[in-house]
Amino acid sequence: MLEPVNVSMESLNLMTLSPMLIPIIGALLILVIDMVKGGLDKTLYVVISLLFLVMDFAALSNASSIFTQSGTIMGVFDVMLIDGLAILSQFIIVGASMLFIPLALTHKRFHEFSYPEFFALFMFMISGFQFMVATDNLILIFVGLETSSLALYTLIAMHNRDKSFEAAVKYFTMGALAAGFFSFGSMVFYALTGSIEINEIAKVLAANGYVDIGFVLVAVVFLLAAFAFKLSLVPFHTWAPDVYEGSSAAMAGYMSIVPKIAAFVVAMRLFEFLIHSGVVWLEIVLYAFVVITMTAANLWALVQTDVKRMLAYSSVSHAGFVMAAILIGTTQSNSALFLYWILFSFTNLGSFSMLWMSRQKHLPDHQRSDHSYDKFAGMIKTAPMAAVIMALFMLSLAGLPPFALFWGKLYMISSAVTGGYTVLALIMALNSAIAGYYYLKLIVYMFMKEPVVGNDGHVYVSNATLALKSIIGFAAVGTIFAFLALNPLLEFVTAFVYNSGY
Amino acid sequence: MIDHILSILIFFPALAAMFGFMIHKDSMRAYGVAVASIEFALSLWLWFAFDSNVAGMQFMEELALIPSFGINYILGVDGISLFIIVMASFFTMIGIASLTDTPNVKNMIITLLFLQMTMIGVFVALDAIVFYVFWELSLVPMLYIIGAWGGPRRIYASVKFFLYTFAGSLVMLVGMLFMAYFYQQATGEWSFAILDWYRLILPESFQLWLFAAFFIGFAIKVPMFPFHTWLPYAHGQAPTIGSVILAAVLLKMGTYAFIRFSLPMFPDAAVFFMFPIAILAIIMIIYTAMVAYAQEDVKQVVAYSSVSHMGVIVLGTFALNVEGISGSVFLMIAHGVVSGALFLLVGVIYDRRHTKMMNQFGGLAHVMPRYATIFGLMLMASVGMPLTINFVGEFLSLLGFYQQSHILTLLAGVAIVVGAIYMLAAYKKMFFGEITIEENRNLPDVNKRELLALIPLSIITVWLGIYPKPILEPINNSVESVVQLMHDKAQTHEAKSRIPNLIEGIEITRTSAGEAH
Repeated sequence: MLEPVNVSMESLNLMTLSPMLIPIIGALLILVIDMVKGGLDKTLYVVISLLFLVMDFAALSNASSIFTQSGTIMGVFDVMLIDGLAILSQFIIVGASMLFIPLALTHKRFHEFSYPEFFALFMFMISGFQFMVATDNLILIFVGLETSSLALYTLIAMHNRDKSFEAAVKYFTMGALAAGFFSFGSMVFYALTGSIEINEIAKVLAANGYVDIGFVLVAVVFLLAAFAFKLSLVPFHTWAPDVYEGSSAAMAGYMSIVPKIAAFVVAMRLFEFLIHSGVVWLEIVLYAFVVITMTAANLWALVQTDVKRMLAYSSVSHAGFVMAAILIGTTQSNSALFLYWILFSFTNLGSFSMLWMSRQKHLPDHQRSDHSYDKFAGMIKTAPMAAVIMALFMLSLAGLPPFALFWGKLYMISSAVTGGYTVLALIMALNSAIAGYYYLKLIVYMFMKEPVVGNDGHVYVSNATLALKSIIGFAAVGTIFAFLALNPLLEFVTAFVYNSGY
Repeated sequence: MIDHILSILIFFPALAAMFGFMIHKDSMRAYGVAVASIEFALSLWLWFAFDSNVAGMQFMEELALIPSFGINYILGVDGISLFIIVMASFFTMIGIASLTDTPNVKNMIITLLFLQMTMIGVFVALDAIVFYVFWELSLVPMLYIIGAWGGPRRIYASVKFFLYTFAGSLVMLVGMLFMAYFYQQATGEWSFAILDWYRLILPESFQLWLFAAFFIGFAIKVPMFPFHTWLPYAHGQAPTIGSVILAAVLLKMGTYAFIRFSLPMFPDAAVFFMFPIAILAIIMIIYTAMVAYAQEDVKQVVAYSSVSHMGVIVLGTFALNVEGISGSVFLMIAHGVVSGALFLLVGVIYDRRHTKMMNQFGGLAHVMPRYATIFGLMLMASVGMPLTINFVGEFLSLLGFYQQSHILTLLAGVAIVVGAIYMLAAYKKMFFGEITIEENRNLPDVNKRELLALIPLSIITVWLGIYPKPILEPINNSVESVVQLMHDKAQTHEAKSRIPNLIEGIEITRTSAGEAH
């Protein structure tokens, strides 16, 4: 006869769940509203989503103040793990989502936003990401990953164009493969150590002195492949440009930030202990991943003719750049990862929003794709303000000081220097120089070419509403004045990363 | 207000540029001239308030920016940077004043004012990251000036200019991060302050690597011999104002940075690399002089001669003694004045004939006597005729290097003399002989607006050529302190002997040099 399970509510520490439950409640509320009275305007759903995201953010702030006082919190049978990494990455996830959701308020009507399900799925996706980062239980990571990914595939498909179906199906197939890899890798770890919690796995492996190194490597290979898919590291990146092209520009910008930070946090939890315990093979492979991803994606970006595809490759390259932090594996590099990603989210969301604002419903004859370079020719003459802001985002992405991303690059390269990776630091610096070229190409088109005949500049702001403009203005201000907020940000991030033991 | 004069000098043009968006385009030129004149007056005030007997930094300002990573907003000025600042504001002023009919003049003036902010910023920054910020930021306005108002191949030229410099400076950035890391290892604190870095004594092997990293960034900017290929394109395609600012001020950032960073921070490496760099500099002098001789475009002649004289500046800098470095700082000013004036003069004829090919001219001295006179004066100054401004700088630079190597100095001296040939040849082709092309017969001589820019430059050229003391003295004081610092910091025996000790009788010996590790 089994003992009845006695669980006190206090030991469950349900408070750890609250940040994830808030978006779920929001999603359910949206569905209920739709059920009671259909055909409501999208503004309602946007505002409801925004409200719940604000509450989510508040719950996170609460969690962060608890973390500063009493350190890492475990909850729900020690499955939930609220440490500095979890809080920081959730801040980025929820913050970027708050910047994303008002982008639905476009001037033109787009198919996907007329469905309330879009917003419900969006909120489910956020809670999926939040679960993913706030645990070190491989099964819960898997659940979070799948919840968010499946929702994301649907969101992409809802854009309702030929290319978006292609993109969604491509992403889905690749994602399913990655999920398979992930579960296989986890299975091998479970078989080796009898545990599915990363810190338990680390303990058991350390205790037996990595006797089964061969099997550990098998597990690492599969997990690495799974994360390389999610992070679009070369050579697992092939889905990225097509998916970005197929989805709406706003969604593409969102995808370049939020899913990746979630994957980075899990990769950090998983690979950090392996690198520190001297799995040299992993170090070499990661090194190769970082260098190849940065360089190859940069070279591909050089030859793109569409700005959105260029930005897609540039996001791949940035992901490679940031992956270096996990390879280096010091407190400074892990803080640099978060710093970089916070600054990157401002800049990248801003630049994708600029594309989104100029999205046409029907392409004119001379334009072959949604955002070809030609479309931006002579923008300084027809829409000077928009051109200056776009140039600002490009310069920031290129890492030109004093704009936001420069500081991220500075700290990241510095962490490579401090960590003893001199060659890597040089490669990172030179890659920034290569990247300069394709960002500059857009600036050249905007500032130094003549406008295409018949382009009166209206096209660049054809989708503009107050909401879009405020988001872009917010991103632009954040990009220019990042240096003012940098010191508190750096101290905050470093404290959180350090106190989580990374 | 005088306490914050440097911040005002940096941010006043930027603020004015932002307000400039509100000005109507017809009134923009007046606004630009007014702002640039105020800025120039401020820089003169700085010169006036500057105490030339003090060798160290003056008007220091400090503001915490990212203290947890050692980045602070630190400014200061000494004799080395003071006159480059004055010159930068002067050239912006006359550049805007002499601006000819330009499309989109409003954008041009706003861009120039932003450019001025970055130029001043580079020369007053005493924090490596702040320096780097302005250094990089200066590329953007120049990119736009070349790319939007340049010649037919302007886009290629501007992008090449940008990417070349950008790539070089990223390597330099890695060097800076290493330097900060070594400082952190030695003291436990992050710091990017240049004056802090001066106190850090590094082992020679570290110095060599760091010197190389910084050298790539600076050498591309100067531009030193193998890295110079971007410059003829940039000059060839840039509008007159772009060439003037580029030659007069932007190139000086590289040579200034050698004196501000490379020499005092890595004295042993500077001695180690002295001869290789000197040889590069001499190749640069001779090779570009020969290339200049082969040009048919007068602007290219001026461009290559400008590179050639930058070689003398580098040579003087790496003499590593007071004469050489003072001479090279002085020559920076002189080169700025003279090559700036020459580019302005080329612009004058280009506005009239819309060609820069020398075979399209000939006999211009008959129709444009005033133009020919000023051109002649500037040309003489450029080849280093005594009693002109360039002579003082070139003489001192060579004198300084003579103490290090007789042969190389002799080579450089001969090369400078040879340099006279192509300049005189160009002058002959353009100004003497019969007028062969009918269009040239009725060319108007220089007008008042052009004289407004050219007369002050001519006066400076002669005045400082005859009586260089007012600016040579403050330069000298600051350079002495740099050289003394280098001598004190030098560890190898060779470096100790190559870099003179200026405090006589007190031989400071350092038995155990503090090391970063």
